[in-house]
Amino acid sequence: MTADGNGNLVQLTAKDFKSDQEVRWCPGCGDYAILNVIQGFMPELGLTRERIVFVSGIGCAARFPYYMQTYGMHSIHGRAPAIATGLAVSRPDLSVWVVTGDGDALSIGGNHLIHALRRNVNLKILLFNNEIYGLTKGQYSPTSRIGKVTKSTPMGSLDYPFNPLSVAIGAEASFVARAIDTDKKGLTEVLGAAARHRGSAFVEILQNCNIYNDGAFDFVREDKANRIYLAHGERIRFGAESEKGVQQYPDGSLRVVDVDEAGENSLLVHDTAHAQASLAFALSRITFETHGAVPLGVFRALERPVYDDLMSEQLDRARDERGEGDLAALLHSGDTWTVG
Amino acid sequence: MSSTKPVEQLERVVIRFAGDSGDGMQLTGDRFTSETAVFGNDLATLPDFPAEIRAPAGSLPGVSGFQLHFADHDILTPGDQPSVLVAMNPAALKVNIGDLVKGGTVIVNTDAFNDRNLQKAGYESNPLEDGSLEGFHVHPVALSSMTVEALKEVEGITSREAERSKNFFALGLMSWLYHRPMEGTLAFIESKFAQRPEIAEANTRAFKAGWNYGETSEDFAVSYEIAPAQLAPGTYRQVSGNTALTYGLVAASRLSGLPLFLGAYPITPASDVLEQLAQMKHFGVRTFQAEDEIAASGAALGAAFGGALGVTTSAGPGVVLKSETVGLAVTLELPLLIVDVQRAGPSTGMPTKPEQADLLMVLFGRNSESPVPVVAASTPAGCFHAAIEAARIAIKYRTPVFLLSDAYLANGSEPWLIPDVGELADISTEFATEPNDGDAFLPYRRDPETLARPWAIPGTPGLEHRIGGLEKADETGNVSYDPENHDLMTRLRAAKVAGIAADIPELEVDDPDGADTLVLGWGSTYGAIGAAARRVRAGGRTVATAHLRYLNPFPRNTGEVVRSYEKVLIPEMNLGQLRMLIRAQFLVDAAGYNKVRGRPFRAAELEDAITALVDS
Repeated sequence: MTADGNGNLVQLTAKDFKSDQEVRWCPGCGDYAILNVIQGFMPELGLTRERIVFVSGIGCAARFPYYMQTYGMHSIHGRAPAIATGLAVSRPDLSVWVVTGDGDALSIGGNHLIHALRRNVNLKILLFNNEIYGLTKGQYSPTSRIGKVTKSTPMGSLDYPFNPLSVAIGAEASFVARAIDTDKKGLTEVLGAAARHRGSAFVEILQNCNIYNDGAFDFVREDKANRIYLAHGERIRFGAESEKGVQQYPDGSLRVVDVDEAGENSLLVHDTAHAQASLAFALSRITFETHGAVPLGVFRALERPVYDDLMSEQLDRARDERGEGDLAALLHSGDTWTVG
Repeated sequence: MSSTKPVEQLERVVIRFAGDSGDGMQLTGDRFTSETAVFGNDLATLPDFPAEIRAPAGSLPGVSGFQLHFADHDILTPGDQPSVLVAMNPAALKVNIGDLVKGGTVIVNTDAFNDRNLQKAGYESNPLEDGSLEGFHVHPVALSSMTVEALKEVEGITSREAERSKNFFALGLMSWLYHRPMEGTLAFIESKFAQRPEIAEANTRAFKAGWNYGETSEDFAVSYEIAPAQLAPGTYRQVSGNTALTYGLVAASRLSGLPLFLGAYPITPASDVLEQLAQMKHFGVRTFQAEDEIAASGAALGAAFGGALGVTTSAGPGVVLKSETVGLAVTLELPLLIVDVQRAGPSTGMPTKPEQADLLMVLFGRNSESPVPVVAASTPAGCFHAAIEAARIAIKYRTPVFLLSDAYLANGSEPWLIPDVGELADISTEFATEPNDGDAFLPYRRDPETLARPWAIPGTPGLEHRIGGLEKADETGNVSYDPENHDLMTRLRAAKVAGIAADIPELEVDDPDGADTLVLGWGSTYGAIGAAARRVRAGGRTVATAHLRYLNPFPRNTGEVVRSYEKVLIPEMNLGQLRMLIRAQFLVDAAGYNKVRGRPFRAAELEDAITALVDS
């Protein structure tokens, strides 16, 4: 239930968050699934539509705000975190969401992303990762796997990819999570946790581009046995029969083990609130290529002072200590003299 | 304290303090300026310092200077050539002696004229002994050793710290020489060094020792008085361009009722504004030191979307990075104030030196048709009203606006008749609160008079809408690729900015004698052009002047003004940017006077240029 402007309680539904604009992603695009989940999730925020803002950069994902019946801005390639920072910092009453893609967030906008995360601005950043440039029609992206053959890399890409969660954790993100476009339950849970987290929340959503990079995540999108659902305070197990688990080596790195052989008690216990980022980072290094499985859910959720709150507190403190600013007094500050 | 020696009356003096970057010359100049301001002279200053924080001691690139022109009448420039030079070391003498007027006075710190320093400055022989300073009145003063001697009883300071007080000795001597009041500086020392009373004591003693030296030394036979200037009644303070600009932004926030949000990245010579606004949190000012220039402008635009007065401050090398944000603001039609404190370029150029060569960049340095209003400040104090005016236009017309200052205005200072806050005009606006098309809200339905679109901020129920960088359909703001619509929207954006001409003052012309030559300027050349015109007129010739404070759109009578003169001269610290615009828009064969030396024009050179054109 949500209170409207007149104090009446109203129940919003997914339909209330659909704008009148025709959705124009390619048929079969993973973005449709994400849009549906987010529209379905929005009522859970408990906010009226006018309090919610979606800000995006450029790319396929960046069309997202047009389809949401909230306030929205489709801005500049890579710059959404910076623009959203200005909005969130000056309007702490709003719920500000950034929708971005792998090229937008990690290539042209990499600098803004890491600084928004370290500041812990109250932003929810949703990175739709499809490991390809879709809008420009199929060039490799900073998350494309090495050797990826695309239009701009006919002999295979040369650059080593970013791991988005490792980048976010390295950038001091206080909340880091991952979900899959078609996994409605998992994505909804992650969105809820991100929304409840005060500060920057970074969510990687594995999203299938069926035109330029189809099947990039089939190993986890299609094969549910390869999904490691992380749960705070629980031992990390996965597999069709929960027969596999995650163990930690003395050097901090992780390995996948057979639970029966290793024993339940030897498995790693997940702790989203650990003061050190090393556990979340180690989990981010579990990939299909290296471990044959992909962790999903909340990797890290650490309470840390929020930039917006800190700035508001400084303004309050300045007023307490110096009184409300007096323009005439300001102009007359320093040495003055009077003529006539 | 009053002097017992003979006193001469002077109308005006130009003093230059020069020394090593670490000698405290800017502080010395600032203090002398404050004393002079409080005394009631009109004044103008020109700080001139290297970008390097501490270039090698004693070297030519490490010389830092501060020039002050003060007079018993109103003056317009910091003076072409100093009549008095205070040189703290051989390098300072070498760099500055060429600027001194013939027969000028030189006060040198003889203690610094040792072999090592002479060699660093490139002197083959000591200029104090080889006769090369004949033609100047040289006062050799052992500034360092007399300072150390004066401070020998001060406890708790090292001999090095004692020596560093020599700038206050020099300030004391100059204060005696020109009858400056001492109280302000004594109070300043107390407060500035409150945490280190022994340093305060040292500087106070050095300052007084300098004064006493002037009074007792036979080397200084006379002292000078410059009577207070006849200024308009009111309360004055001294203000630099960057401070006036800061105050103007705070005032604009108050007058508009919009909270100020500054996004900025440190850059010379604009950082003062960030630093000063960071002190204004009790005014509700939010300052955001961003990760880069791009984010600084982006955050300001995001804040503007949320209903703040969004401002970003920078210099040319930073403004160039903001182009894409400005372009987005053009199409979003949201208010955004971009301040460019211009410096010499291209690229990093000369960070501390002024130029006015960003005009064409702010007008045209973006992709496609991207019209942006441009306001330019003309004097240090004028930065206050220029900031308010730029904000007024941005808010009223929902548009990015460029405000141009430069390194000369930013650091230069002058007396300022403090405005009555109650008389500053309201620049507030109304946010949209209701649907404007039945139950629907059309974010691009325009005000028929201003062509501005409604500003509906997040948090307003029922007006949820999406805006973006893609071309928008007229009225609805929906994404549109319609050919006719794009043509229409392009013309509407242009017409909105062009229409501002009806909302700004006409170009004023100063033409007391009916001249046939007009000198047209903009920006910080105002003072030099005015001073040059006075000289030309005093020489019996006639000349008109006009100064543009709006570069886009031009005042509505600009074409009429420039066409009504037989000859037009446009002096600029660039290679002819305004001149290109005036020629292109009005088909007037304007002449240029262009120099890019990283220093303001001298009145004398403009006098020569004007005279030559008048006589042609």
